[in-house]
Amino acid sequence: MVEIFGVPLPALMGQLMLGLVNGSFYAMLSLGLAVIFGMLNIINFAHGALYMAGAFLAWFGLQYWNIGYWQSLLLVPLVVGAFGIVIERTMLQWLYKLDHLYGLLLTFGLALIIEGLFRDQFGVSGQPYAIPDELSGALNLGFMFLPKYRAWVIVASLTVCAATWFAIEKTRLGSYLRAATENPKLTQAFGINVPVMVMLTYGFGVALAALAGVLAAPALQVNPLMGSNLIISVFAVVVIGGMGSILGSILTGLGLGVIEGLTKVFYPEASATVVFIVMALVLMVRPAGLFGKEK
Amino acid sequence: MKKPTLITTALMAAFGLAAGGAQAQISDNVVKIGVLTDMSGAYSDLAGPGALEATKMAVEDFKAKEKPSFAIEIVSADHQNKGDIASNKAREWFDRDKVDVVSELVTTSTALAVMKVAKEKNKIALVSGAASTRITNEDCNDVTVHWTYDTYAVANGTAKAVVKQGGKSWFFLTADYAFGQSLEKDASDVVVANGGKVLGSVRHPFPGTDFSSYLLKAQASGAQVIGLANAGTDTTGSIKQAAEFGVTPKQSLAGLLMFITDIHSLGLKATQGMYLTEAFYWDANDETRAWSKRFMLRAKKMPTMVQAGQYSSVMHYLRAVKATGTDNTQKVMAWMKTTPINDFFAKKGTIRDDGRMVHDMYLMQVKKPDEQKYPWDYYNVRQTIPAAEAFQPLSASKCSLVTKH
Amino acid sequence: MKYATPAYAVAFLLLLAAPFFVYPVLLMKVLCFALFACAFNLLLGYTGLLSFGHAAFFGAAAYVAGHALKVWELPALAGILLGAGASALLGWAFGSLAIRRQGIYFAMITLALAQMMYFFFLQAPFTGGEDGLQGVSRGSLFGLVDLEKDINLYYFVLAIAVFGFWLIHRTIHSPFGQILKAIRENEPRAISLGYDVARYKLLAFVLSAGLAGLAGATKMLVFQFAALTDAHWHMSGEVVLMTILGGMGTVFGPVVGSAVIVTLETELADKVGSLVTVIMGAIFVICVLLFRRGIVGELLALRKRT
Repeated sequence: MVEIFGVPLPALMGQLMLGLVNGSFYAMLSLGLAVIFGMLNIINFAHGALYMAGAFLAWFGLQYWNIGYWQSLLLVPLVVGAFGIVIERTMLQWLYKLDHLYGLLLTFGLALIIEGLFRDQFGVSGQPYAIPDELSGALNLGFMFLPKYRAWVIVASLTVCAATWFAIEKTRLGSYLRAATENPKLTQAFGINVPVMVMLTYGFGVALAALAGVLAAPALQVNPLMGSNLIISVFAVVVIGGMGSILGSILTGLGLGVIEGLTKVFYPEASATVVFIVMALVLMVRPAGLFGKEK
Repeated sequence: MKKPTLITTALMAAFGLAAGGAQAQISDNVVKIGVLTDMSGAYSDLAGPGALEATKMAVEDFKAKEKPSFAIEIVSADHQNKGDIASNKAREWFDRDKVDVVSELVTTSTALAVMKVAKEKNKIALVSGAASTRITNEDCNDVTVHWTYDTYAVANGTAKAVVKQGGKSWFFLTADYAFGQSLEKDASDVVVANGGKVLGSVRHPFPGTDFSSYLLKAQASGAQVIGLANAGTDTTGSIKQAAEFGVTPKQSLAGLLMFITDIHSLGLKATQGMYLTEAFYWDANDETRAWSKRFMLRAKKMPTMVQAGQYSSVMHYLRAVKATGTDNTQKVMAWMKTTPINDFFAKKGTIRDDGRMVHDMYLMQVKKPDEQKYPWDYYNVRQTIPAAEAFQPLSASKCSLVTKH
Repeated sequence: MKYATPAYAVAFLLLLAAPFFVYPVLLMKVLCFALFACAFNLLLGYTGLLSFGHAAFFGAAAYVAGHALKVWELPALAGILLGAGASALLGWAFGSLAIRRQGIYFAMITLALAQMMYFFFLQAPFTGGEDGLQGVSRGSLFGLVDLEKDINLYYFVLAIAVFGFWLIHRTIHSPFGQILKAIRENEPRAISLGYDVARYKLLAFVLSAGLAGLAGATKMLVFQFAALTDAHWHMSGEVVLMTILGGMGTVFGPVVGSAVIVTLETELADKVGSLVTVIMGAIFVICVLLFRRGIVGELLALRKRT
């Protein structure tokens, strides 16, 4: 068997693949956080809870309403996005004039509420979500064993990330968005309805989280605590990348997933902490983050 | 801090009171049973609400049959599988709510924590769901009874059977806390003693959700058998993901601690042919069937050995209180240890000095899907392991209560 | 402020008498959390820094003190002080990193570092991992007072808490405290006045971490248990909630906040189960939207108006 640094090749590739899967979730979530932060100046602590809610909605749909995986992939982000808009209209919009920390605190409270409700209803043990038939099974590539569903997660999330990047950087709508981020008053003066854009941005950001949740449901078990553990790692990713750039958050997310995967192979004891260690190192060398602008 | 005299006086008064405050034990004519279990987490299916239901059945049956002169109350709480929550709750129950006995205690870490509080407050702990042999060895005390099973007993049954079937090389996937570590250790001993070898192990956090990276390690080890030293949703989760990553059927899985509820949730197709060791099977004889069907009506599922053992332990305790006419811990413990247990759960069961209740165990094999005739018809009983062999012999005990003599 | 001294005296007398009327273990829990919240308030209320990782200090001190008592068999007071010292040291390390960024980033960095500690505690051999550090004996105070008795321990815990409150009170009213407030109000101006802002922030952080550790180590002694719960991010959130609910930047706010939250949690835990988290979240949301001054803050504002 081929070995690299004493590790059999299939095991190494397998862990790398798992790293990429995790990295895809990091990328999608940190992308959503960055988009929201750009427009609202709020760090959305509820992001993890909404990701979890996305996974649960998909599970719930399959269990009780006979809504399959592919429909969920479309419907769940819409539902959660709409829920996000309600949150933005009823709560967040009153905080824009205050210290940014209040946004963090409010969304933290929301995260507790959402997580608590799901815990109360479903307990903390995982609910299984079957992999859709089209994607079950695995490909034996010779040098590794590739479960089809995991490959799909990587492809799907990279596509979504790329599309988001394209929409923001290359389209007219994106240019309005960037203008509104730079100077909301002036943009408003040009006749663009900034409050509506803010609202839609938040809805879009949380829809991304929900989409990540649906993608995660068959790979992991659906669990009320799945979001909160993930979101803290994503915060570290955001600090490492800096929230200035869309591409930056995507790359940092994927990169850290891979680093985590490699740590699992070579020094598993540190695999849970490696993201935070990288964050500490980056802070020492480049406090603004890898892609952030030095103020 | 301007009135030092006042403070000193108050402190003196307080210490004086505390020193003279030791009260004689007065039975308030109520026996209060605490059920402390996992109501919503990884082990809620195998213990949890079902164990509470079993306790209620025990109390109702006891009242109907024995017509006790004392009242019996049940309190229950969810310890969320956390030792600190369990220990705080038990402390509050003993101090404030006059609870006499704490029972069930699934999850070794919570059992170990509550046993210590029970000892400190001189109350009784009846352990049914927790598995580690530490409960009757390093951490044993004279107010605890370990009722249903332990890691030695299940490893001794299952691991031995698997090695004898030709599964010689092992790799363990272990839940990283006291229970998993005990189970891994006890199973390793059995594997080695029967001529097998252990290639290594990997530990996953408890409770786990994603086992993929650990399974890849197990896969890379090339071991014939992957021993699952975990329980509840950790076991069912790892069995499912093992199939996704092509670990099975090339390598076989040995669920070292599995319950009938796990088989029920995974289905026979995924579990057929697996060996497992249990203290109780609902379909073993008329007595077990009669009790289990009553349980089924109330809990909507068949009892696990933990739930059946919970009934048995509470019943034995209540009989002890009636026979001795007191809830005094030492007197009740003495009666429980000298009186054999004969009920649907155990025949000629006895409680040893280390707190271990010893009784027969059963080696089962999961049926093939086409062998199943009616719902919950899951096991073929392959072997009855007699009480004397099922549990760790007293001579090997590390319990200070035993080694002292 | 002319009512301050008699108010303190009355409060102190009530605390002395309390264990004869209320379950002492609950009182001790409230005292520990009150100290924890006050230590946190020193940072949030008086320096304007929102740390979302204070559970790390609370938990670290519990583990260190627990280990010192259980394995090294140190006396209770020495163990507690060692725990607090360890937390102060950890605070220095975290603080040096976190003060490189401000505002939201500061909060995220402290949260992430605390999560790193959580995983460290989960895996380190001396913490007992998932099982926790169990059955730590309380021992005695100078070999004279038996701390195994709840009532004795209560007065010991009260003494520690009063010491902590006194230290915080002195800090706030010292020139150092004035500079911290200046930083909170207007950081660039404090810099232009020639203050080494980073150093002051770091000092405040270390002090706050050390006192949070004092609270954590004391709580460990009460429950004879150091566990992951103490270091979990939920705990960090809880102390933020206590402080905001009571009133950040007020002397008594965090005490009131922690008393309310601890009592609520204890009373509700068996009745509503996981819905406790929902209630905590709802209090958070209500505080942020409608009630940003907190209970004590609103009361003070009322008094000013009349």
